[in-house]
Amino acid sequence: MATKETMTINMGPQHPSTHGVLQLILELDGETVVKATPHIGFLHRGVEKLAENRSYHKALPLTDRLDYLAPMSNNLGYVLAVEKLLGITHEIPQRAKVVRVMMAELTRIKSHLVWLATHALDIGAMTVFIYCFRERELIMDMYEKLSGARMTSNYFRVGGLSEDLPEGFEQDVKNFIDAMPGHLKTYEGLLTGNAIWQKRTQGVGYISAEDAIDIGLTGPALRASGVDWDLRRDNPYTGYEEYDFEVVTRERGDTFDRYTARLDEMRESCKIIQQCLDRLEDGPILADNPGVCLPPKEKVLNSIEGLIHQFKLVTDGFKPEPGEIYQGIEAPKGELGYYMISDGSANPYRMKVRPPSFVNLQALPQMVEGSLLADVIATIGTLDIVLGEIDR
Amino acid sequence: MPEMLSLSNDPILFIAVMLAKILAVFVVLLLIVAYATYAERKIIGHMQTRLGPTMTGPLGLLQPIADGLKLFFKEDIIPAQASKVAFILAPMMILVPAFITVAVVPFGGDVVIGGYTVPLQIADLDVGILFILAMEGLGVYGIVLAGWASNNKYSLLGGIRSAAQVISYELAAGLSIVAVFMLAETLSLRGIVEAQSGSMFNWFVFSQPLAFCVFFITSVAEINRVPFDLPEAETELVSGFCTEYSSMKYALFFMAEYANMVVVAAVISTLFLGGPAGPFPGVINLLLKIFFFMFVLIWMRATFPRVRYDQLMFMGWKVFLPLALLNIVITGAVIVL
Repeated sequence: MATKETMTINMGPQHPSTHGVLQLILELDGETVVKATPHIGFLHRGVEKLAENRSYHKALPLTDRLDYLAPMSNNLGYVLAVEKLLGITHEIPQRAKVVRVMMAELTRIKSHLVWLATHALDIGAMTVFIYCFRERELIMDMYEKLSGARMTSNYFRVGGLSEDLPEGFEQDVKNFIDAMPGHLKTYEGLLTGNAIWQKRTQGVGYISAEDAIDIGLTGPALRASGVDWDLRRDNPYTGYEEYDFEVVTRERGDTFDRYTARLDEMRESCKIIQQCLDRLEDGPILADNPGVCLPPKEKVLNSIEGLIHQFKLVTDGFKPEPGEIYQGIEAPKGELGYYMISDGSANPYRMKVRPPSFVNLQALPQMVEGSLLADVIATIGTLDIVLGEIDR
Repeated sequence: MPEMLSLSNDPILFIAVMLAKILAVFVVLLLIVAYATYAERKIIGHMQTRLGPTMTGPLGLLQPIADGLKLFFKEDIIPAQASKVAFILAPMMILVPAFITVAVVPFGGDVVIGGYTVPLQIADLDVGILFILAMEGLGVYGIVLAGWASNNKYSLLGGIRSAAQVISYELAAGLSIVAVFMLAETLSLRGIVEAQSGSMFNWFVFSQPLAFCVFFITSVAEINRVPFDLPEAETELVSGFCTEYSSMKYALFFMAEYANMVVVAAVISTLFLGGPAGPFPGVINLLLKIFFFMFVLIWMRATFPRVRYDQLMFMGWKVFLPLALLNIVITGAVIVL
């Protein structure tokens, strides 16, 4: 009578800790996971297809909605890709580049804060959740000051930025990065030394460096397995080569290492932001390229040439030469890539997004099979997935 | 000392006093249970840089009543696939044992009423502590039943977890307090309180620190509080055994959880902290001790992550059980020497 019966359990899409609407079909033997099958597509909005029917400017707001926890990183990837397609990467003014790096790193902290909050909550540590969201709120406030929106920022533009930093913004950023190391210590005080936290994370969701590379894992999840790979350093974009920062790596490739790696990444981000503040000089924020960039508002309102310029650009858009490019950036969750094809028209012929969460999620079955149900939750948390960009 | 009041020497007074005691204990317990929910939300709120309830009544003090009313008027859903009788019975089977347990906890010294001695305790059973352990064990049937009757896989997992957890931890809890019986030489809670009378240093927490720690931790595990709240682990099992429950049935589970907290706090105070002994009148001392332990339980909830199922089992069988046994051996050796 040794027939083993397994129980199939449907975890999600309505489940408190599947980070949105991930659906996992789990085959359980008792509490041990025999097989895990992720089902995705619940949040599919057809972003890639929608982009094909919009001019390049107008496709930009779509990208906010991919990884909605790190909207500016998505914006950045997109504008860099379009700039590469247009061949105007070298024309971006220095100030715009610095602000882009600064906002991208703030976005990284913001995204990691949500990751830590939800990851800790999944494992049962409630208080860290609230603390992280408290700090995230400050970044949201900065977003709001800068772009008018807390989540869907739509701040970067092809050729530069939509507008200059508001008054007092640099001081806000400064206050934030000065306070952040202390906050990080608080989180570590609650979690790192906690015996239960260590037991729940150490050795859980292990993935070796070879497997991580085979699957295509990127971002902190890859670096925690010991692979020293960071696009900011190894394939720099928007001026990252000028900044001095460490690429955080760990050796063991388990949940605990990914946790400490991300915490250290937040510290490194603070360092980069400090360097950005030091480099911030007055100057133009948009490239001097009338064929791509909108004219300043006062010209539009005060001169007929400006008005016509704006009208032409908004209605017609700009038309890159036919061709195709790929631009990858180091988003908070891993490599975010945009593959753009232009057929010479004002709309992208194809915009293919390579979202880090989508690729990272592939590692989940391998990481959880053979472990317990509670580890599945911890592993989903540690992979830091966002369904907005998985389903697109 | 006057004669002890009993059913034989003055039946009417006995019944009246008994009813008064039961009523008083029941009302106080219900009040503590109701306001424990409020205290938990307030305390955790302030620990998490929030305020907790503020809108219902002054300082949000009417929140428990509002919650109760809300749950009372909610639709009571019984899933079509559920096993109906067991589904309805389960919440009661959790709540009743939790409330009954308080009957054997002494909440003060003796008083003289109408020429008779009246102990401030509803029932002084000779095997009081066994009764408590038995009732705590009974409570788990409610959880298992709830998990099974809901006909939901998450509930079932919660129920199974709970059964395994309570069985493993009851052993360690029971064995850890054997050392207390050895010192007190009685199983009656009244007797145990008497054995700790006199100076504060007669409290068993000082002579049995190991037993105190083991019993406290295992008790937390037995009442399914954080970090051992696996049966209802909301991020894993949605809501565990009570996933399918709504309305008053859900409220009963909730009340049982807090009632269990009160019971555990009361039992620990009685066994290790001299029960009603202390500088104030007896009841107040006991209440203060209960509130202290409840605060610790709430504090733990704000601080600790949840342990994993296998780690919980490992700790129960391989850490706490041997520790409790070791403690018995040491205590025995000390007594003999």
